[in-house]
Amino acid sequence: MPSNRTLRLAAIGTLAGLFSGLFGVGGGTVIVPLLIFWLGYGERLSTGTSLAAIVLIGLLGALAQGGLYGNVHVVTGLLLSIPAIGGVVLGTAIQQRIAQRAVSLLFAALLVAVAIELVLR
Amino acid sequence: MNEVLAALIAVAGGLAGGLVGVGGGVLFVPALTVFLGLSQVQGESTSLLVIVLVALVGAVRQNGYGNVNFRDALVIGALSPLGVLIGVVVANEVPQRALELCFAALVLFIAYGLLRRALSTPG
Repeated sequence: MPSNRTLRLAAIGTLAGLFSGLFGVGGGTVIVPLLIFWLGYGERLSTGTSLAAIVLIGLLGALAQGGLYGNVHVVTGLLLSIPAIGGVVLGTAIQQRIAQRAVSLLFAALLVAVAIELVLR
Repeated sequence: MNEVLAALIAVAGGLAGGLVGVGGGVLFVPALTVFLGLSQVQGESTSLLVIVLVALVGAVRQNGYGNVNFRDALVIGALSPLGVLIGVVVANEVPQRALELCFAALVLFIAYGLLRRALSTPG
């Protein structure tokens, strides 16, 4: 584990990019637990900061693919975003009302599902 | 009917984003490909648009609750392209199947660490 705080953050960013590039998952999957383990973040702060980082990672990813070669279906994406945004508003509201350790347990369950999906590919 | 299922999956993806801070791409991609007829490449590209919008709204909401460190998020996001570049090199040197199994083992190890921590600390 890197000793310097900024180095730890840089390592988390590099690992997030590495895993999302290799597997299509791994942005938040890596960021949230490493912020908890390496920087002593609480669950709520780690998930909120992860979302802010994902905005930037997604934008850089889109730029890196050169505007994605016309593969983005903008109208379909915007329409699907409506229920998805409803979900995230609800999810963040629920998260403020449950214990932080419950967030960790949910996250562990999600990681097990990710592992199963990876093995079954 | 397919549109309704896609919308329900999108709600689930957004919920996951709000609850545990992931982008939800794991759910948005199949919603776009299986239920809305996009190809895999189109689905993965379009899911980025959905992820950015969901993460943006989620981050704004979380900031309202006092749960965002923007400086740290900036460092993490800014370094992610370096990881993507390393990933391209690694993918050319190591079989994809070996990488998937190694990553599966790693996320199980992380899950174990989260469980142990959650069950041993108060609150």
